[in-house]
Amino acid sequence: MGRKLDPTKEKRGPGRKAGKQKGAETELVRFLPAAAEENSKRLSSRARKRAAKRRLGSIEASKTSKPLGTKLSPGELRKEAVQTQGKKRPAPAHSSDEEEEEEDSEEDGEVEQRALWDSEDSDAEMVDDYGANLNSEDEGEKLLPIERAARKQKAQEAAAGDQWSDEEIDEEEEMSPESGSTKDEADRGLQINVDEEEFILPPAGEMEQDTQAPDLQRVHKRIQDIVGVLRDFGVQREEGRSRSEYLNRLQKDLATYYSYGDFLLGKLMELFPVSELIEFLEANEVPRPITLRTNTLKTRRRDLAQALINRGVNLDPLGKWSKTGLVVYDSSVPIGATPEYLAGHYMLQGASSMLPVMALAPQEHERILDMCCAPGGKTSYIAQLMKNTGVILANDANAERLKSVVGNLHRLGVTNAIISHYDGRQFPKVVGGFDRVLLDAPCSGTGVISKDPAVKTNKDEKDVLRCAHLQKELLLSAIDSVNAASKTGGYLVYCTCSIMVEENEWVVDYALKKRNVRLVPTGLDFGQEGFTRFRERRFHPTLRSTRRFYPHTHNMDGFFIAKFKKFSNSIPQAEIGNSATGTSKNLDLPDLKGQDSSKSENSSQPAKKAKAATKAKPLLQKGQRPKKASFQKLNGISEGADSELSTVPSATKAQMSSRLQDSSQFLGKANVPKKPKRTGKLKGQAQKSQSSEKAASLRQSTLPKGRDTGTPSLPSLSETQATPRLNEHGQTLGKAKGAGKKAKFQKENGTPKDPQVHTVSPLKSSRPPPAKKRKTASGSNRQRLFS
Amino acid sequence: MRPLTEEETRVMFEKIAKYIGENLQLLVDRPDGTYCFRLHNDRVYYVSEKMLKLAANIAGDKLVSLGTCFGKFTKTHKFRLHVTALDYLAPYAKYKVWIKPGAEQSFLYGNHVLKSGLGRITENTAQYQGVVVYSMADVPLGFGVAAKSTQDCRKVDPMAIVVFHQADIGEYIRHEETLT
Repeated sequence: MGRKLDPTKEKRGPGRKAGKQKGAETELVRFLPAAAEENSKRLSSRARKRAAKRRLGSIEASKTSKPLGTKLSPGELRKEAVQTQGKKRPAPAHSSDEEEEEEDSEEDGEVEQRALWDSEDSDAEMVDDYGANLNSEDEGEKLLPIERAARKQKAQEAAAGDQWSDEEIDEEEEMSPESGSTKDEADRGLQINVDEEEFILPPAGEMEQDTQAPDLQRVHKRIQDIVGVLRDFGVQREEGRSRSEYLNRLQKDLATYYSYGDFLLGKLMELFPVSELIEFLEANEVPRPITLRTNTLKTRRRDLAQALINRGVNLDPLGKWSKTGLVVYDSSVPIGATPEYLAGHYMLQGASSMLPVMALAPQEHERILDMCCAPGGKTSYIAQLMKNTGVILANDANAERLKSVVGNLHRLGVTNAIISHYDGRQFPKVVGGFDRVLLDAPCSGTGVISKDPAVKTNKDEKDVLRCAHLQKELLLSAIDSVNAASKTGGYLVYCTCSIMVEENEWVVDYALKKRNVRLVPTGLDFGQEGFTRFRERRFHPTLRSTRRFYPHTHNMDGFFIAKFKKFSNSIPQAEIGNSATGTSKNLDLPDLKGQDSSKSENSSQPAKKAKAATKAKPLLQKGQRPKKASFQKLNGISEGADSELSTVPSATKAQMSSRLQDSSQFLGKANVPKKPKRTGKLKGQAQKSQSSEKAASLRQSTLPKGRDTGTPSLPSLSETQATPRLNEHGQTLGKAKGAGKKAKFQKENGTPKDPQVHTVSPLKSSRPPPAKKRKTASGSNRQRLFS
Repeated sequence: MRPLTEEETRVMFEKIAKYIGENLQLLVDRPDGTYCFRLHNDRVYYVSEKMLKLAANIAGDKLVSLGTCFGKFTKTHKFRLHVTALDYLAPYAKYKVWIKPGAEQSFLYGNHVLKSGLGRITENTAQYQGVVVYSMADVPLGFGVAAKSTQDCRKVDPMAIVVFHQADIGEYIRHEETLT
């Protein structure tokens, strides 16, 4: 889309513009050295066209071999930057041997240029020819002299030391010695000889050079030379000099040339191979293209694009992967202040920021938590995908930035959002049980250096580790806020705008070890896979499903995205008491005996957990555990949290009801010994009943699962525990009031029968886990219980 | 967060009714669920009932916003409508004013609408009637008060004010701080 403004195209025809004076270029031709190899002048117009076509065909191949051929690379500072984005170049396929000849000689470079212009002109000639063939050909040539002068100079520099650009363009080219013309090789050899002489200088001498104002030209040349040497180290190295010396030199030079701090550059050198490192550094010098996201709540992408084009904005759709994105090439009006922007038709958002929401894939009528939402781009994207149904809780810890969240959400017409100002680590205590959670964690920002160059120097080892620590805490809180038993969800997306392994793979690996989650594919079909090993660290193999994005390969901000699925609401305890392996592979296998404790406790009180662990928590059925957990989660929040239950999957309720019906008869019995009190926690009473409860629960836990319906009071305790929750919140399944009271009382007293009850008072100690256990010998169970 | 008192509700509805008249009922009884108004920190929020339960869990000092903010009560208990309510006023507006493309920018900067910028105006607009301002492309730009009735608008000279500015969407940028 967008008008193709092509000032070089000659205007022909009877109109006003055709009669105007042509530009300076046409005048200058008279003074510049005549276009030398103009044998084309002597050809007829037809012959010229044919020649042009021939040349065009041979040269185009080089252009298409460039790896960054997507529309998302207008910022690239390569030769093709000469062509404006508006042009559509034909894309033929061709042999690659043409490339080498071309890159090495300036003439070919010019020919390529001319061929492109010619191709356009010849096309134009076919279509609309008012008899000005000569003119068009000439015009193609007229441009060239000026270009030629510039290109001569460029080519000189290029031939002299441009090894790494060659390397990018000519990937098939052999490493240094064999490739290129002998002239180039000699040049390179010469260069390196010169460098080697420098290297021979004692280190003190080199340091001296640094303290003087560094000559950037020389530094740049040295960088290229070292890269060339490193590429073929065996052959090109200087005797007696180790690879690490070259690397050190390179690091210092890069730090000087691109103004990086040593720490960050060291980290980058660990992360990227040398050639890619240069590309990355170059990409960080240039801003990424401006992208925006259509607000489908108010408009369509097509209509918005049309409206913006009418205002004078040059834009294009973002890519196949996005249905709402647009990339802005240039604009005559401020793109952040158009009436369409103010009316909330679009939001300025980086392309990489759209990806985590696409990975999260929120469904309608879900409950979503966005833990670090400012300035609200991702939150509004979630809302538009959900079509303003369900509820989003948008949270951020920074009050200043929350104002922009409010503004953006109102402007974009998001009505299903609640905005809160909590530290993310306070979830899920505040409220939990979300279907999906998005955590865009605060990070060191090493992926968005092009937006904030200060990151180059002010990031330190401490900063990165501090960020990583915070991210780990936030991630654990986020995982705990997800409801694994959610019908439609149970997913969490963790993303950062950083490329450091400490903040990305390490944090994800940590979470895999600490919680019952696993990684799932993000659903994004492009992007680099995350690392499964990095230097001395080894990560879980599923980390391959995470995605990394870089500015130099994808032309979007550096990003990392990981998608988790929580498969159990219980929190594994790694270090408590006996057993308790608490591994991440905490599949719902009837894990067992001592290991039950690992799955059982959600509470964070060690003492309680220890006791519980010793009591050999029985394993609930697979289905029961998440149900109970979800109940517990919901109930744990507050007594007034009626809303929580609304999200309890009805399936669980149904199951609970079936169990309840079984045990309804037992409720009376269960009620008898206890006198539950609704108000507060009465310790004295608690203890009294605690002991009796304990006995009951002990009995309960000793029973194998299969005997649920057999024993009167035992299963009922667990049942009643569950039912009254339903009861309280009005979702009664016909339970007696007494059952409700009893359960409430139990809840208040922190009955650990249900291992996932954690909200209740920490006083509650030895509450054995609930009854549902597999068939085991009672004796052995009892043994464990009383150990 | 609390529901509005009778008095507050009356004041607010009166204000809103100036713009949308009896369509106000449609705001409350909606086919897709019940919506209600809640007061928090002197601001009135229009929320769906499904959200209220979740919002109840959040502490008062930590709650920043919920649903859509319609406006706020001033210290003297008058109700002031904010531009954030525009999405709900615009579809139900009874009296509308369209302004020419040239005058859009001026209105978005907070200026009143002059006769020279007036494109169209609903018939039978009384003086001092609440109106919603649109661009010629039917994009709602804000709302205001008609300074002249429709008849008077025809007669008056081009530099006279025809619509007093009250709120416009440019405030999302100009007054970002005070939206909350």
